[in-house]
Amino acid sequence: MRPLRAIARGLSAILHRSAADRDVDDEVAHYLEQAEAHHRSRGLSERDARRAARLEIGNATVAREEVRTSGWEHGFDTTVADVRYAARRLLATPAFTAITVLTLALGIGATTAIWSAVNAVIFRSLPYPGANRMVAVWDYANDGGRLETTYGTYRELVARTRAFDAIAVYRVWQPTATGPAEPERLEGQRVSAGYFRTFGVAPVLGRDFTADDDRENGANVIILSDALWRRRFGGDPSVIGRAVTLSDQQHVVIGVMPAGFRSVLAPSAELWAPLQYDMQQGRAWGHHLRMVARLRASESLDGGSREIAAIAAIAVPEFSRVPWASLSDGLIVTSLQDDVTRGVRPALLAILGAVALVLVIVCVNVTNLLLARGAQRRGEFAVRTALGASRGRLVRQLLTESLLIAALGGLLGMAVAVVGVGAIVRLSPAELPRVATIGVDGAAFAFGLAVTTVIGLIFGCVPALQAVKSDPSVDLQRASRRTAGNNRRTRSALVVAEVALALLLLVGSGLLLRSIARLLDVSAGFDASGVLTMQVQTAGRRFSDPTTAARFFTDALDAVRRAPGVASAALTSQLPLSGDADLYGVHFDPSPADDPGEARGSFRYAVSPGYFETMRIPLRRGRVLDDRDRADAPLAVVISESIARRRLRGVDPIGRRLRIGGSGPYTVVGVVGDVRQMSLALSDADAVYTTPQQWMFVDNAMSLVVRGRGDPASLVSPVRSAVWSVDKDQPVVRVATMDALLAASAADRRFALTLFEAFALAALVLAAAGIYGVLAGSVIERTREIGVRSALGASRRDIVSLVLGQGLRLAGFGVVIGLVAAFYASQALTSLLFGVSRLDPVTYGGVVLLLGATAAIACAIPAWRASRVDPVTAIRSD
Amino acid sequence: MDENTDVIQGTLDMLILKTLSLQPMHGFGIARRIEQISRGVFKVNPGSLLTALQRLERAGWLDAEWQQTENSRRAKIYSLTRTGRKQLDVETADWSRRVGAVARLLKAEG
Repeated sequence: MRPLRAIARGLSAILHRSAADRDVDDEVAHYLEQAEAHHRSRGLSERDARRAARLEIGNATVAREEVRTSGWEHGFDTTVADVRYAARRLLATPAFTAITVLTLALGIGATTAIWSAVNAVIFRSLPYPGANRMVAVWDYANDGGRLETTYGTYRELVARTRAFDAIAVYRVWQPTATGPAEPERLEGQRVSAGYFRTFGVAPVLGRDFTADDDRENGANVIILSDALWRRRFGGDPSVIGRAVTLSDQQHVVIGVMPAGFRSVLAPSAELWAPLQYDMQQGRAWGHHLRMVARLRASESLDGGSREIAAIAAIAVPEFSRVPWASLSDGLIVTSLQDDVTRGVRPALLAILGAVALVLVIVCVNVTNLLLARGAQRRGEFAVRTALGASRGRLVRQLLTESLLIAALGGLLGMAVAVVGVGAIVRLSPAELPRVATIGVDGAAFAFGLAVTTVIGLIFGCVPALQAVKSDPSVDLQRASRRTAGNNRRTRSALVVAEVALALLLLVGSGLLLRSIARLLDVSAGFDASGVLTMQVQTAGRRFSDPTTAARFFTDALDAVRRAPGVASAALTSQLPLSGDADLYGVHFDPSPADDPGEARGSFRYAVSPGYFETMRIPLRRGRVLDDRDRADAPLAVVISESIARRRLRGVDPIGRRLRIGGSGPYTVVGVVGDVRQMSLALSDADAVYTTPQQWMFVDNAMSLVVRGRGDPASLVSPVRSAVWSVDKDQPVVRVATMDALLAASAADRRFALTLFEAFALAALVLAAAGIYGVLAGSVIERTREIGVRSALGASRRDIVSLVLGQGLRLAGFGVVIGLVAAFYASQALTSLLFGVSRLDPVTYGGVVLLLGATAAIACAIPAWRASRVDPVTAIRSD
Repeated sequence: MDENTDVIQGTLDMLILKTLSLQPMHGFGIARRIEQISRGVFKVNPGSLLTALQRLERAGWLDAEWQQTENSRRAKIYSLTRTGRKQLDVETADWSRRVGAVARLLKAEG
């Protein structure tokens, strides 16, 4: 057999239909002619010969049809005819078709988009070999939260663990590439030698870091990402061994990572250098290293955790510990996948739940639409059955119609999905990991399409098919009488379900909306409006001398203060709501009676005089830091209200002495208002402020806060030039208005809220459409009854209230069921709420009102139509 | 009327292939030849014949060619392809096997 030939002939028959038809005609005609000639040669007359030939071939048309329908293309022709007929039927009811297709598109598109995002961010395993063996390790903060580990803990774990192939610590590294153009800051990481081994990935070019690279004062070596290698070195393999200048220092390239490699721990990192940790620095034992590890193939996460717990519990003399890294609470060991997605998981799961509800509503609505349509078509099918249409033929045609709707819905749904995925990526909060890997997920699309098609469309065909099965004469009578089929009860139940589901979604988005409002009401502790912020860094060897770095910051600040449009400016070592978190233990000397200690350490700020004034952080007692607090003056500290309140409990804080980490003692000179450092939702506000001159080292990055006379955005370029007028090679980064940082602090909730709002709105519209559909159908079915009622004296008002009552009763049932469901389901949202109870009566009340109003509007049109029914026409309509 | 019968189910393809193995010819020629050689035992239904010809052509066992006849009609002339010839061998062998089996069965009964 040559299937290709059969396909080719079939195709050519379809494409050149008239030629194919002519061929068949000619062949049959020729056959007839030959037969005739044959009979004549046997001695028959012209007429008899023709007759005999005709007799032989039978009906020529039948013969032609027989030949024509023998190829596979005939099946194609029938299908085309079915599709054409289906398209005509759908075009005949444009409202039904449009609503069904749009509903399907919405359900399929939204499900696909959300699942694509959630799957990429949460569920798909990390893109490394044996990714399930990667774990993150954290120290415990006093409040049970996560705390970065110390180098001492890392050193001890590396030596003592057996369950891990590799353990590594890392921190952010942002070297500056300087040159003739503006200085560029590169995103990188400083990592201990085992870092890439924890990923199970090795450089494709050159070599990995070794223990030799990762020691104090080791050689300056770097490994590049594929992207950086291509961008800056044109993908040249001879880059290995070449020296590059970063932050004024020569670094030798020793490796290039494979093209697909992207560290999930620092997605924007493009180069890596060895950690080369200096235990002798003042920062030794600081909680500022993140830890990642790779379990042995034979080990489970449990086994690894148990081993680390055992090590934490028993200190050995070779490894000394300090009190704040005593590991007395053990260590937190979680799978890296969970760790990376921890922050966004509640929001994404809630959104996934929301979209699942939307999908259910869509299925319900499509089923409802088709049930209604099926009921209206019972008559049509009864007629066709009576005329001899086989059941198979009707099923085939119904399925064609359904599949046509599904195909249209799917096509449009794909468009919705593509737009939706784009919108999600754009809307996503900055901390959403793995955003780059989000793309339209084919499997999700197929799932959405299959679910809606099977449940909505196929199920919706059932009533029409019942018509075929039952006695056509009954249905013929019914069709003419316009009475309801027995599926009205089902459809009412479906509407109730829809209303309940919509209520669930509305409650969710209402709670989120109120949370955001509450959150934005929270006072950050400073006046954000009109403040511009940016980070200034010292990069390079010429700043290895601390006094040079300190002078640069002082000079830069002076220059900025002189810049046009600047009212006041100050420097701070960490900026509120920017993601900075520099925590130190604060110990009073002498310790106050029953000091509760700190939850997780206190934020330590080195701020230039003028900081409190520029940020408008209120002074509660004593004085703020000023020019008196120079390096040679007595050490002075300003503390936050929360420390004074919680730890000194009414004792006058002024004049008390305290140590910050190993530094001090400082004398408290003032108390200022609390500031939200990490996020608006977190109120851990313990903070201590010193001047940079009185802090034990010079921070290598300081944030400028600038208050201008007008729009802060207009200050960007004068302030930046002011900094560069002092030293043109210093990068200025993280330029943002304080208002933008405030908004970003609510970004994850806003992200959830936006999607919830969209889904809730869709649900509301679908529920309204459902109520409207059922009522409108019911009014048509009950035309006669309504006519009789008004003939018997029912007023228009009676008729309206009859229909309204029917609709609102359905909505009411739905609301009650929805409220019960919301009572339980709102638990899933708890972690996203802020300042609002999950049973917030205002939200619930508002949602019920909104749904009620929507339902009333949806009922109004059918009710109005019912009131216009003319009794005479209605009764006579049979 | 003639005492002829329709072609035995499933043998039409083989008969067509066999007929065309002698020489290329058009549809009626094939029908005529089958009737002649079977001495009128088999009568070919034109509809079935033309359908079978189309099927066999698509299967690649026959080639078809349009020729102009003397009274300016078009005639479709079929000829056997090389794969068609192989197929004929296969079907002939198969047929002989089955005929032999049936004959043995009938003999055993007799």
